[in-house]
Amino acid sequence: MSNVLIVGELKNGELKKISKEITSAGRKIADALGGKVTALLIGSGVEKFAGDLGAVGADSIVTVNAGDFNAETWANLVAGVIKEKNPSVVLVPHTSQGKDYSPRVAVKVGAGIVADAVGLSVDGGKVVAKKPIYSGKAYGNFKITSPIAIFTVRPNSQEVVQKAGAGAAEAASPSAGDAKVKIVSSDLSGGNKVQLAEASIIVSGGRGIKGPENWPVLQGLADVLGAALGASRAAVDAGWISHSHQVGQTGKTVSPNCYIACGISGAIQHLAGMGSSKYIVAINKDGDAPIFKVATYGVVGDLFEVVPALTDEFKKVLG
Amino acid sequence: MKIIVLVKQVPDTETNIKVGDKSINEAGIKWIISPYDEFAIEEGLRLREKNGGEVIAVSLGPDRVQESLRQAYAMGADRAVQIKVDNYVPFDTVLTAELIANFAKAENADIIIGGRQSIDSDSSQVVIQVAEGLGIAHISFAVSLEISGTSVKATKEVEGGTQVVETSLPVAITAQKGLNEPRYPNLKGLMAAKKKPIETKTPADLGNPASKIEVVGLEPPPPRIPGRKLEAADAKGFAEQLVKALREEAKVI
Repeated sequence: MSNVLIVGELKNGELKKISKEITSAGRKIADALGGKVTALLIGSGVEKFAGDLGAVGADSIVTVNAGDFNAETWANLVAGVIKEKNPSVVLVPHTSQGKDYSPRVAVKVGAGIVADAVGLSVDGGKVVAKKPIYSGKAYGNFKITSPIAIFTVRPNSQEVVQKAGAGAAEAASPSAGDAKVKIVSSDLSGGNKVQLAEASIIVSGGRGIKGPENWPVLQGLADVLGAALGASRAAVDAGWISHSHQVGQTGKTVSPNCYIACGISGAIQHLAGMGSSKYIVAINKDGDAPIFKVATYGVVGDLFEVVPALTDEFKKVLG
Repeated sequence: MKIIVLVKQVPDTETNIKVGDKSINEAGIKWIISPYDEFAIEEGLRLREKNGGEVIAVSLGPDRVQESLRQAYAMGADRAVQIKVDNYVPFDTVLTAELIANFAKAENADIIIGGRQSIDSDSSQVVIQVAEGLGIAHISFAVSLEISGTSVKATKEVEGGTQVVETSLPVAITAQKGLNEPRYPNLKGLMAAKKKPIETKTPADLGNPASKIEVVGLEPPPPRIPGRKLEAADAKGFAEQLVKALREEAKVI
Protein backbone atom coordinates (compact mmCIF):
# COMPACT_ATOMS: atom_id res chain seq x y z
CA MET A 1 0.00 0.00 0.00
CA SER A 2 1.38 3.37 -0.97
CA ASN A 3 -0.22 6.21 0.88
CA VAL A 4 0.14 9.86 -0.04
CA LEU A 5 0.49 12.76 2.38
CA ILE A 6 -0.02 16.29 1.13
CA VAL A 7 0.99 19.28 3.21
CA GLY A 8 -1.44 22.14 2.63
CA GLU A 9 -0.72 25.83 3.04
CA LEU A 10 -2.78 28.72 4.32
CA LYS A 11 -2.55 32.45 3.79
CA ASN A 12 -4.20 34.80 6.28
CA GLY A 13 -6.26 31.93 7.62
CA GLU A 14 -7.54 30.94 4.17
CA LEU A 15 -6.74 27.78 2.26
CA LYS A 16 -4.41 28.45 -0.68
CA LYS A 17 -5.29 27.11 -4.12
CA ILE A 18 -2.01 25.13 -4.20
CA SER A 19 -3.40 23.04 -1.31
CA LYS A 20 -6.24 21.85 -3.55
CA GLU A 21 -3.89 21.43 -6.51
CA ILE A 22 -1.62 19.02 -4.65
CA THR A 23 -4.55 17.21 -3.05
CA SER A 24 -5.91 16.47 -6.54
CA ALA A 25 -2.43 15.43 -7.71
CA GLY A 26 -2.08 13.24 -4.61
CA ARG A 27 -5.46 11.61 -5.33
CA LYS A 28 -4.31 10.64 -8.83
CA ILE A 29 -1.09 9.13 -7.47
CA ALA A 30 -2.91 7.28 -4.68
CA ASP A 31 -5.44 5.85 -7.15
CA ALA A 32 -2.60 4.56 -9.34
CA LEU A 33 -0.75 3.09 -6.37
CA GLY A 34 -3.80 1.81 -4.47
CA GLY A 35 -3.45 4.01 -1.42
CA LYS A 36 -5.11 6.71 0.63
CA VAL A 37 -4.62 10.48 0.61
CA THR A 38 -4.09 12.26 3.89
CA ALA A 39 -3.93 16.05 3.90
CA LEU A 40 -2.01 17.79 6.65
CA LEU A 41 -2.91 21.33 7.66
CA ILE A 42 -0.97 23.28 10.27
CA GLY A 43 -2.42 26.39 11.89
CA SER A 44 -5.27 27.37 14.12
CA GLY A 45 -8.89 26.53 13.28
CA VAL A 46 -7.83 24.53 10.23
CA GLU A 47 -10.39 21.71 10.79
CA LYS A 48 -12.92 23.81 8.89
CA PHE A 49 -11.09 23.10 5.62
CA ALA A 50 -11.57 19.32 5.87
CA GLY A 51 -14.58 19.48 3.56
CA ASP A 52 -12.77 21.62 0.97
CA LEU A 53 -9.93 19.12 0.73
CA GLY A 54 -12.27 16.15 0.94
CA ALA A 55 -14.09 17.48 -2.14
CA VAL A 56 -10.88 17.31 -4.18
CA GLY A 57 -9.83 13.85 -3.06
CA ALA A 58 -8.49 13.79 0.51
CA ASP A 59 -9.59 10.69 2.44
CA SER A 60 -8.67 12.23 5.76
CA ILE A 61 -7.34 15.48 7.15
CA VAL A 62 -4.79 15.66 9.92
CA THR A 63 -4.80 19.00 11.69
CA VAL A 64 -2.06 20.36 13.89
CA ASN A 65 -2.74 23.41 16.01
CA ALA A 66 0.14 25.88 15.75
CA GLY A 67 0.94 29.59 15.70
CA ASP A 68 2.85 31.57 13.08
CA PHE A 69 5.06 29.90 10.50
CA ASN A 70 8.60 29.06 11.49
CA ALA A 71 10.58 26.78 9.18
CA GLU A 72 12.24 24.80 11.95
CA THR A 73 9.11 24.03 13.97
CA TRP A 74 7.10 23.35 10.79
CA ALA A 75 9.77 20.87 9.72
CA ASN A 76 9.47 19.10 13.08
CA LEU A 77 5.68 18.99 12.83
CA VAL A 78 5.62 17.70 9.26
CA ALA A 79 8.34 15.11 9.98
CA GLY A 80 6.40 14.03 13.09
CA VAL A 81 3.26 13.38 11.04
CA ILE A 82 5.28 11.58 8.34
CA LYS A 83 6.76 9.26 10.97
CA GLU A 84 3.33 8.53 12.38
CA LYS A 85 1.49 8.05 9.08
CA ASN A 86 4.39 6.50 7.15
CA PRO A 87 3.35 7.65 3.64
CA SER A 88 5.47 6.62 0.67
CA VAL A 89 4.80 9.86 -1.22
CA VAL A 90 4.71 13.38 0.25
CA LEU A 91 3.68 16.46 -1.75
CA VAL A 92 4.63 19.93 -0.52
CA PRO A 93 3.92 23.31 -2.18
CA HIS A 94 6.98 24.82 -3.90
CA THR A 95 6.24 28.16 -2.24
CA SER A 96 8.49 30.34 -0.12
CA GLN A 97 7.28 28.45 2.97
CA GLY A 98 7.59 25.04 1.34
CA LYS A 99 11.13 25.83 0.19
CA ASP A 100 12.00 26.87 3.75
CA TYR A 101 10.93 23.71 5.65
CA SER A 102 10.93 20.89 3.06
CA PRO A 103 14.76 20.50 2.95
CA ARG A 104 14.81 19.87 6.70
CA VAL A 105 11.93 17.41 6.47
CA ALA A 106 13.73 15.38 3.79
CA VAL A 107 16.84 15.02 5.95
CA LYS A 108 14.83 14.30 9.12
CA VAL A 109 12.93 11.38 7.57
CA GLY A 110 15.79 10.16 5.35
CA ALA A 111 13.87 10.85 2.16
CA GLY A 112 14.99 11.82 -1.31
CA ILE A 113 13.39 14.98 -2.61
CA VAL A 114 12.73 16.45 -6.05
CA ALA A 115 11.90 20.15 -5.88
CA ASP A 116 9.79 22.26 -8.24
CA ALA A 117 7.97 19.41 -9.97
CA VAL A 118 5.46 20.45 -12.65
CA GLY A 119 4.40 16.94 -13.68
CA LEU A 120 3.71 13.86 -11.55
CA SER A 121 3.02 10.43 -13.02
CA VAL A 122 3.34 6.86 -11.81
CA ASP A 123 5.55 4.24 -13.43
CA GLY A 124 6.33 0.81 -11.99
CA GLY A 125 4.93 1.68 -8.57
CA LYS A 126 7.02 4.85 -8.30
CA VAL A 127 6.23 8.49 -8.91
CA VAL A 128 8.07 10.10 -11.80
CA ALA A 129 8.44 13.85 -11.33
CA LYS A 130 9.01 16.13 -14.28
CA LYS A 131 10.66 19.48 -13.71
CA PRO A 132 12.06 22.27 -15.86
CA ILE A 133 15.85 22.46 -15.61
CA TYR A 134 18.54 24.74 -17.07
CA SER A 135 16.24 27.77 -17.08
CA GLY A 136 13.49 25.83 -18.83
CA LYS A 137 15.76 24.85 -21.72
CA ALA A 138 15.29 21.19 -20.81
CA TYR A 139 12.95 19.04 -18.71
CA GLY A 140 14.13 16.26 -16.44
CA ASN A 141 12.26 13.17 -15.23
CA PHE A 142 13.27 11.81 -11.84
CA LYS A 143 12.34 8.96 -9.50
CA ILE A 144 13.20 8.77 -5.85
CA THR A 145 14.68 5.50 -4.61
CA SER A 146 14.26 5.95 -0.84
CA PRO A 147 11.16 4.44 0.89
CA ILE A 148 9.69 7.94 1.38
CA ALA A 149 9.68 10.23 -1.64
CA ILE A 150 9.10 13.96 -1.23
CA PHE A 151 8.18 16.28 -4.08
CA THR A 152 7.71 20.02 -3.90
CA VAL A 153 5.15 21.00 -6.52
CA ARG A 154 5.07 24.25 -8.47
CA PRO A 155 1.87 26.29 -7.96
CA ASN A 156 -0.49 26.32 -10.98
CA SER A 157 1.09 23.17 -12.42
CA GLN A 158 -1.63 20.75 -11.25
CA GLU A 159 -5.31 20.75 -12.09
CA VAL A 160 -7.88 20.88 -9.31
CA VAL A 161 -10.27 17.96 -9.91
CA GLN A 162 -13.48 17.50 -7.93
CA LYS A 163 -13.43 13.96 -6.57
CA ALA A 164 -15.01 13.09 -3.28
CA GLY A 165 -12.96 11.58 -0.49
CA ALA A 166 -14.18 11.26 3.07
CA GLY A 167 -12.41 14.36 4.31
CA ALA A 168 -12.74 13.29 7.95
CA ALA A 169 -10.65 15.44 10.27
CA GLU A 170 -8.47 14.12 13.06
CA ALA A 171 -6.19 16.14 15.27
CA ALA A 172 -2.53 15.33 15.83
CA SER A 173 -0.03 16.95 18.12
CA PRO A 174 3.51 16.06 17.13
CA SER A 175 6.32 17.87 18.90
CA ALA A 176 7.13 21.27 17.44
CA GLY A 177 10.48 21.43 19.25
CA ASP A 178 12.39 24.64 19.77
CA ALA A 179 13.40 26.97 16.95
CA LYS A 180 16.93 28.32 16.89
CA VAL A 181 15.80 31.23 14.75
CA LYS A 182 13.56 33.81 16.38
CA ILE A 183 11.33 36.06 14.29
CA VAL A 184 11.74 39.61 15.57
CA SER A 185 9.41 41.50 13.25
CA SER A 186 7.59 41.19 9.93
CA ASP A 187 6.90 43.82 7.31
CA LEU A 188 4.35 42.57 4.81
CA SER A 189 3.47 45.94 3.28
CA GLY A 190 5.64 45.76 0.16
CA GLY A 191 3.96 42.86 -1.55
CA ASN A 192 1.32 42.25 -4.13
CA LYS A 193 -2.37 41.98 -3.38
CA VAL A 194 -2.17 38.74 -5.35
CA GLN A 195 0.88 36.54 -4.74
CA LEU A 196 3.14 36.63 -7.77
CA ALA A 197 4.57 33.11 -7.61
CA GLU A 198 1.11 31.55 -7.26
CA ALA A 199 -0.96 33.92 -9.42
CA SER A 200 -2.92 32.41 -12.30
CA ILE A 201 -2.78 35.71 -14.21
CA ILE A 202 0.17 38.14 -14.17
CA VAL A 203 0.41 41.60 -15.72
CA SER A 204 4.07 42.49 -15.98
CA GLY A 205 5.92 45.63 -17.03
CA GLY A 206 9.42 46.34 -18.27
CA ARG A 207 11.53 49.20 -19.51
CA GLY A 208 8.71 50.18 -21.87
CA ILE A 209 6.61 51.53 -19.01
CA LYS A 210 9.10 54.41 -18.90
CA GLY A 211 8.85 55.27 -15.20
CA PRO A 212 7.41 54.34 -11.82
CA GLU A 213 4.56 56.82 -12.22
CA ASN A 214 3.06 54.57 -14.90
CA TRP A 215 2.44 51.41 -12.85
CA PRO A 216 -1.23 52.44 -12.34
CA VAL A 217 -1.76 51.76 -16.06
CA LEU A 218 -0.82 48.10 -15.49
CA GLN A 219 -2.33 47.88 -12.02
CA GLY A 220 -5.68 48.93 -13.52
CA LEU A 221 -5.63 45.92 -15.82
CA ALA A 222 -4.35 43.66 -13.03
CA ASP A 223 -7.21 44.74 -10.75
CA VAL A 224 -9.85 43.97 -13.35
CA LEU A 225 -8.36 40.50 -13.91
CA GLY A 226 -7.53 39.72 -10.27
CA ALA A 227 -3.94 39.45 -11.45
CA ALA A 228 -0.59 39.98 -9.73
CA LEU A 229 1.74 42.76 -10.84
CA GLY A 230 5.16 41.64 -12.11
CA ALA A 231 8.21 43.40 -13.47
CA SER A 232 11.31 42.68 -15.51
CA ARG A 233 14.81 43.09 -14.13
CA ALA A 234 15.21 46.32 -16.14
CA ALA A 235 12.29 47.93 -14.30
CA VAL A 236 13.51 46.70 -10.91
CA ASP A 237 17.13 47.74 -11.49
CA ALA A 238 15.94 51.19 -12.56
CA GLY A 239 14.38 51.49 -9.09
CA TRP A 240 10.82 51.72 -10.43
CA ILE A 241 9.46 48.87 -8.28
CA SER A 242 10.69 46.58 -5.49
CA HIS A 243 12.60 43.35 -6.18
CA SER A 244 9.70 41.31 -4.78
CA HIS A 245 7.90 41.96 -8.09
CA GLN A 246 10.75 40.76 -10.28
CA VAL A 247 10.09 37.83 -12.60
CA GLY A 248 13.08 36.03 -14.05
CA GLN A 249 16.32 34.34 -13.21
CA THR A 250 17.21 36.66 -10.33
CA GLY A 251 13.57 37.10 -9.40
CA LYS A 252 10.63 34.77 -9.14
CA THR A 253 9.80 31.80 -11.31
CA VAL A 254 6.15 31.88 -12.30
CA SER A 255 3.82 29.55 -14.18
CA PRO A 256 0.54 31.41 -14.58
CA ASN A 257 -2.18 30.44 -17.02
CA CYS A 258 -1.77 33.84 -18.60
CA TYR A 259 1.24 36.18 -18.55
CA ILE A 260 0.72 39.63 -20.06
CA ALA A 261 4.12 41.18 -20.80
CA CYS A 262 3.90 44.93 -21.35
CA GLY A 263 6.94 46.77 -22.67
CA ILE A 264 9.19 43.80 -21.90
CA SER A 265 11.78 42.94 -24.56
CA GLY A 266 12.20 39.34 -23.39
CA ALA A 267 15.84 38.81 -22.38
CA ILE A 268 16.73 35.16 -21.88
CA GLN A 269 16.93 35.72 -18.10
CA HIS A 270 13.34 36.95 -18.12
CA LEU A 271 12.17 34.02 -20.23
CA ALA A 272 13.84 31.71 -17.68
CA GLY A 273 11.35 32.96 -15.08
CA MET A 274 8.14 33.02 -17.09
CA GLY A 275 8.73 30.73 -20.07
CA SER A 276 6.51 27.98 -18.66
CA SER A 277 3.45 30.27 -18.55
CA LYS A 278 0.60 28.57 -20.42
CA TYR A 279 -0.41 31.57 -22.52
CA ILE A 280 1.80 34.59 -23.07
CA VAL A 281 0.56 37.93 -24.36
CA ALA A 282 3.23 40.41 -25.47
CA ILE A 283 2.50 44.07 -25.98
CA ASN A 284 5.54 45.90 -27.29
CA LYS A 285 6.30 48.68 -29.76
CA ASP A 286 9.31 46.83 -31.17
CA GLY A 287 8.03 44.06 -33.43
CA ASP A 288 11.47 42.42 -33.42
CA ALA A 289 11.63 42.05 -29.61
CA PRO A 290 12.51 38.47 -28.58
CA ILE A 291 9.39 38.27 -26.39
CA PHE A 292 7.36 37.74 -29.59
CA LYS A 293 9.16 34.42 -30.16
CA VAL A 294 7.45 32.95 -27.09
CA ALA A 295 4.21 34.95 -27.17
CA THR A 296 0.97 33.14 -27.93
CA TYR A 297 -0.61 36.48 -28.85
CA GLY A 298 1.57 39.37 -29.93
CA VAL A 299 0.49 42.98 -30.18
CA VAL A 300 2.95 45.35 -31.84
CA GLY A 301 1.77 48.64 -30.42
CA ASP A 302 2.02 51.29 -27.73
CA LEU A 303 1.24 49.82 -24.32
CA PHE A 304 -0.04 53.22 -23.14
CA GLU A 305 -2.84 52.90 -25.70
CA VAL A 306 -3.35 49.14 -25.80
CA VAL A 307 -3.37 48.38 -22.05
CA PRO A 308 -6.07 50.95 -21.13
CA ALA A 309 -8.17 49.76 -24.07
CA LEU A 310 -7.73 46.19 -22.87
CA THR A 311 -8.73 47.18 -19.33
CA ASP A 312 -11.92 48.81 -20.67
CA GLU A 313 -12.76 45.83 -22.84
CA PHE A 314 -12.30 43.36 -19.95
CA LYS A 315 -14.39 45.60 -17.69
CA LYS A 316 -17.18 45.33 -20.25
CA VAL A 317 -17.14 41.54 -20.55
CA LEU A 318 -16.32 40.70 -16.93
CA GLY A 319 -18.77 43.28 -15.68
CA MET B 1 35.37 32.73 12.12
CA LYS B 2 35.36 29.87 9.63
CA ILE B 3 33.09 30.56 6.66
CA ILE B 4 32.26 27.98 4.01
CA VAL B 5 30.86 29.37 0.77
CA LEU B 6 29.18 27.01 -1.65
CA VAL B 7 30.09 27.52 -5.28
CA LYS B 8 28.04 25.64 -7.85
CA GLN B 9 29.20 25.60 -11.44
CA VAL B 10 26.32 25.85 -13.92
CA PRO B 11 25.92 26.44 -17.66
CA ASP B 12 25.79 30.12 -18.56
CA THR B 13 22.19 31.27 -19.08
CA GLU B 14 22.90 32.19 -22.69
CA THR B 15 24.34 28.74 -23.47
CA ASN B 16 22.42 26.54 -25.83
CA ILE B 17 21.45 23.33 -23.97
CA LYS B 18 21.49 20.03 -25.90
CA VAL B 19 19.68 17.28 -24.13
CA GLY B 20 21.34 13.87 -23.87
CA ASP B 21 19.76 10.71 -22.50
CA LYS B 22 20.40 11.22 -18.78
CA SER B 23 22.42 14.42 -18.79
CA ILE B 24 23.07 17.34 -21.07
CA ASN B 25 25.68 17.30 -23.81
CA GLU B 26 28.52 19.32 -22.31
CA ALA B 27 30.30 20.07 -25.59
CA GLY B 28 30.46 23.80 -26.21
CA ILE B 29 28.96 24.79 -22.86
CA LYS B 30 30.28 27.90 -21.15
CA TRP B 31 30.36 27.34 -17.39
CA ILE B 32 29.83 30.05 -14.78
CA ILE B 33 29.35 30.31 -11.03
CA SER B 34 25.61 30.20 -10.35
CA PRO B 35 24.67 33.89 -9.95
CA TYR B 36 23.23 33.56 -6.42
CA ASP B 37 26.43 31.86 -5.24
CA GLU B 38 28.32 35.03 -6.23
CA PHE B 39 26.29 36.88 -3.58
CA ALA B 40 27.28 34.13 -1.14
CA ILE B 41 31.00 34.44 -1.94
CA GLU B 42 30.83 38.22 -1.60
CA GLU B 43 29.04 37.98 1.76
CA GLY B 44 31.59 35.45 3.01
CA LEU B 45 34.42 37.82 2.09
CA ARG B 46 32.71 40.77 3.78
CA LEU B 47 32.11 38.77 6.96
CA ARG B 48 35.80 37.78 7.04
CA GLU B 49 36.92 41.36 6.39
CA LYS B 50 34.84 42.50 9.36
CA ASN B 51 35.25 39.60 11.77
CA GLY B 52 38.50 37.90 10.74
CA GLY B 53 38.83 34.20 10.03
CA GLU B 54 38.90 32.38 6.72
CA VAL B 55 36.71 31.80 3.70
CA ILE B 56 36.69 28.31 2.23
CA ALA B 57 35.14 27.98 -1.22
CA VAL B 58 33.70 24.52 -1.85
CA SER B 59 32.51 23.15 -5.17
CA LEU B 60 31.20 19.72 -6.01
CA GLY B 61 31.78 18.15 -9.39
CA PRO B 62 34.34 16.98 -11.96
CA ASP B 63 37.63 18.76 -12.57
CA ARG B 64 36.05 21.56 -14.60
CA VAL B 65 34.69 23.04 -11.34
CA GLN B 66 38.27 24.02 -10.45
CA GLU B 67 37.81 26.93 -12.84
CA SER B 68 34.99 28.28 -10.63
CA LEU B 69 37.09 27.71 -7.51
CA ARG B 70 39.92 29.74 -9.08
CA GLN B 71 37.46 32.54 -9.63
CA ALA B 72 36.51 32.36 -5.94
CA TYR B 73 40.23 32.54 -5.15
CA ALA B 74 40.54 35.58 -7.41
CA MET B 75 37.71 37.29 -5.52
CA GLY B 76 39.53 36.66 -2.25
CA ALA B 77 38.80 33.19 -0.84
CA ASP B 78 41.50 31.78 1.46
CA ARG B 79 41.10 28.12 0.57
CA ALA B 80 39.39 26.19 -2.19
CA VAL B 81 38.10 22.64 -1.95
CA GLN B 82 36.82 20.45 -4.76
CA ILE B 83 34.58 17.58 -3.73
CA LYS B 84 35.48 15.44 -6.69
CA VAL B 85 32.43 13.69 -8.10
CA ASP B 86 32.97 12.71 -11.70
CA ASN B 87 29.50 11.44 -12.56
CA TYR B 88 27.89 14.39 -10.84
CA VAL B 89 24.08 14.64 -10.96
CA PRO B 90 23.21 18.28 -10.31
CA PHE B 91 19.72 17.36 -9.07
CA ASP B 92 20.68 15.05 -6.22
CA THR B 93 20.37 17.57 -3.41
CA VAL B 94 20.32 15.12 -0.49
CA LEU B 95 23.58 13.49 -1.59
CA THR B 96 25.21 16.87 -2.25
CA ALA B 97 24.11 18.22 1.13
CA GLU B 98 25.36 15.16 3.00
CA LEU B 99 28.82 15.46 1.43
CA ILE B 100 28.98 19.18 2.22
CA ALA B 101 27.65 18.70 5.77
CA ASN B 102 30.30 16.07 6.46
CA PHE B 103 32.98 18.42 5.15
CA ALA B 104 31.63 21.34 7.21
CA LYS B 105 31.54 19.16 10.31
CA ALA B 106 35.19 18.16 9.90
CA GLU B 107 36.12 21.83 9.44
CA ASN B 108 34.01 22.92 12.41
CA ALA B 109 32.58 25.76 10.32
CA ASP B 110 30.72 28.68 11.92
CA ILE B 111 28.91 29.83 8.79
CA ILE B 112 27.82 28.02 5.65
CA ILE B 113 26.52 30.30 2.94
CA GLY B 114 25.24 29.55 -0.54
CA GLY B 115 22.88 31.01 -3.12
CA ARG B 116 19.12 30.82 -2.59
CA GLN B 117 19.01 28.37 -5.50
CA SER B 118 21.17 27.32 -8.41
CA ILE B 119 20.03 28.28 -11.87
CA ASP B 120 20.34 24.77 -13.34
CA SER B 121 18.08 22.87 -10.96
CA ASP B 122 16.23 25.67 -9.07
CA SER B 123 15.75 23.35 -6.10
CA SER B 124 16.44 25.70 -3.14
CA GLN B 125 17.36 22.67 -1.02
CA VAL B 126 21.06 22.09 -0.44
CA VAL B 127 22.04 24.82 2.06
CA ILE B 128 19.05 24.12 4.35
CA GLN B 129 19.66 20.37 4.12
CA VAL B 130 23.25 21.02 5.21
CA ALA B 131 21.88 22.98 8.19
CA GLU B 132 19.63 20.07 9.14
CA GLY B 133 22.47 17.58 8.68
CA LEU B 134 24.60 19.63 11.07
CA GLY B 135 21.70 20.34 13.45
CA ILE B 136 22.22 24.11 13.15
CA ALA B 137 20.01 27.12 12.42
CA HIS B 138 19.30 28.35 8.90
CA ILE B 139 18.13 31.63 7.43
CA SER B 140 16.87 31.47 3.87
CA PHE B 141 16.49 34.29 1.33
CA ALA B 142 18.70 36.67 3.32
CA VAL B 143 18.76 40.25 2.02
CA SER B 144 20.82 41.62 4.91
CA LEU B 145 23.11 40.01 7.44
CA GLU B 146 24.90 41.29 10.54
CA ILE B 147 27.09 39.11 12.69
CA SER B 148 28.80 40.29 15.83
CA GLY B 149 30.41 37.86 18.20
CA THR B 150 28.14 34.84 17.97
CA SER B 151 24.89 36.72 17.46
CA VAL B 152 23.29 36.79 14.03
CA LYS B 153 20.68 39.26 12.84
CA ALA B 154 19.26 39.05 9.33
CA THR B 155 16.47 40.31 7.14
CA LYS B 156 14.93 37.61 4.98
CA GLU B 157 12.47 37.80 2.13
CA VAL B 158 9.17 36.08 2.86
CA GLU B 159 5.91 35.89 0.93
CA GLY B 160 4.58 39.43 0.66
CA GLY B 161 7.46 41.20 2.37
CA THR B 162 10.40 40.77 4.72
CA GLN B 163 11.12 39.51 8.22
CA VAL B 164 13.84 40.41 10.70
CA VAL B 165 15.18 37.30 12.43
CA GLU B 166 17.80 36.57 15.06
CA THR B 167 19.82 33.52 15.94
CA SER B 168 23.34 32.60 16.97
CA LEU B 169 26.26 30.88 15.32
CA PRO B 170 26.68 28.37 13.81
CA VAL B 171 24.27 29.18 11.01
CA ALA B 172 23.56 28.35 7.37
CA ILE B 173 22.43 31.18 5.10
CA THR B 174 20.95 31.32 1.61
CA ALA B 175 21.74 34.52 -0.25
CA GLN B 176 19.00 36.42 -2.05
CA LYS B 177 19.55 39.18 -4.62
CA GLY B 178 19.96 42.45 -2.73
CA LEU B 179 22.29 41.03 -0.05
CA ASN B 180 25.28 42.77 -1.68
CA GLU B 181 26.96 43.59 -4.98
CA PRO B 182 29.55 40.91 -5.80
CA ARG B 183 33.02 42.30 -6.53
CA TYR B 184 34.88 41.59 -9.74
CA PRO B 185 38.19 39.77 -9.42
CA ASN B 186 41.07 42.06 -10.46
CA LEU B 187 43.88 41.06 -12.78
CA LYS B 188 46.35 40.60 -9.93
CA GLY B 189 43.88 38.34 -8.15
CA LEU B 190 43.28 36.34 -11.30
CA MET B 191 47.02 35.83 -11.87
CA ALA B 192 47.61 34.82 -8.23
CA ALA B 193 44.62 32.45 -8.27
CA LYS B 194 46.25 30.36 -11.00
CA LYS B 195 49.01 29.28 -8.64
CA LYS B 196 46.96 28.58 -5.53
CA PRO B 197 46.38 24.98 -4.44
CA ILE B 198 42.97 23.34 -4.73
CA GLU B 199 42.35 20.72 -2.08
CA THR B 200 40.49 17.63 -3.21
CA LYS B 201 38.07 15.46 -1.26
CA THR B 202 36.38 12.35 -2.57
CA PRO B 203 32.97 11.00 -1.53
CA ALA B 204 34.91 8.21 0.26
CA ASP B 205 36.60 10.89 2.41
CA LEU B 206 33.18 12.26 3.32
CA GLY B 207 31.22 9.21 4.41
CA ASN B 208 30.25 7.91 0.96
CA PRO B 209 26.56 8.83 1.19
CA ALA B 210 24.10 7.06 -1.11
CA SER B 211 22.08 8.74 -3.82
CA LYS B 212 18.31 8.78 -3.41
CA ILE B 213 17.49 10.06 -6.89
CA GLU B 214 17.24 8.15 -10.13
CA VAL B 215 17.44 10.14 -13.35
CA VAL B 216 14.82 8.59 -15.63
CA GLY B 217 15.69 10.82 -18.55
CA LEU B 218 16.01 14.32 -19.92
CA GLU B 219 13.92 15.73 -22.71
CA PRO B 220 13.61 18.98 -24.64
CA PRO B 221 11.01 21.44 -23.34
CA PRO B 222 7.44 20.81 -24.49
CA PRO B 223 6.56 22.65 -27.69
CA ARG B 224 4.88 26.01 -27.11
CA ILE B 225 1.39 26.70 -28.35
CA PRO B 226 2.15 28.33 -31.72
CA GLY B 227 1.91 32.10 -31.45
CA ARG B 228 0.62 34.74 -33.78
CA LYS B 229 0.80 38.49 -34.04
CA LEU B 230 -2.62 40.14 -34.02
CA GLU B 231 -3.55 42.66 -36.67
CA ALA B 232 -5.79 45.61 -35.89
CA ALA B 233 -6.32 49.21 -36.94
CA ASP B 234 -6.11 50.71 -33.45
CA ALA B 235 -5.77 49.96 -29.73
CA LYS B 236 -9.47 49.23 -29.37
CA GLY B 237 -9.25 46.70 -32.20
CA PHE B 238 -6.30 44.96 -30.52
CA ALA B 239 -8.14 44.93 -27.19
CA GLU B 240 -11.27 43.35 -28.69
CA GLN B 241 -9.26 40.66 -30.43
CA LEU B 242 -7.18 39.90 -27.34
CA VAL B 243 -10.20 39.58 -25.09
CA LYS B 244 -11.85 37.28 -27.61
CA ALA B 245 -8.70 35.16 -27.99
CA LEU B 246 -8.08 34.83 -24.25
CA ARG B 247 -11.70 34.05 -23.42
CA GLU B 248 -12.84 31.92 -26.33
CA GLU B 249 -9.67 30.32 -27.71
CA ALA B 250 -7.33 30.05 -24.73
CA LYS B 251 -10.18 30.07 -22.17
CA VAL B 252 -7.86 31.44 -19.47
CA ILE B 253 -9.83 34.54 -18.47
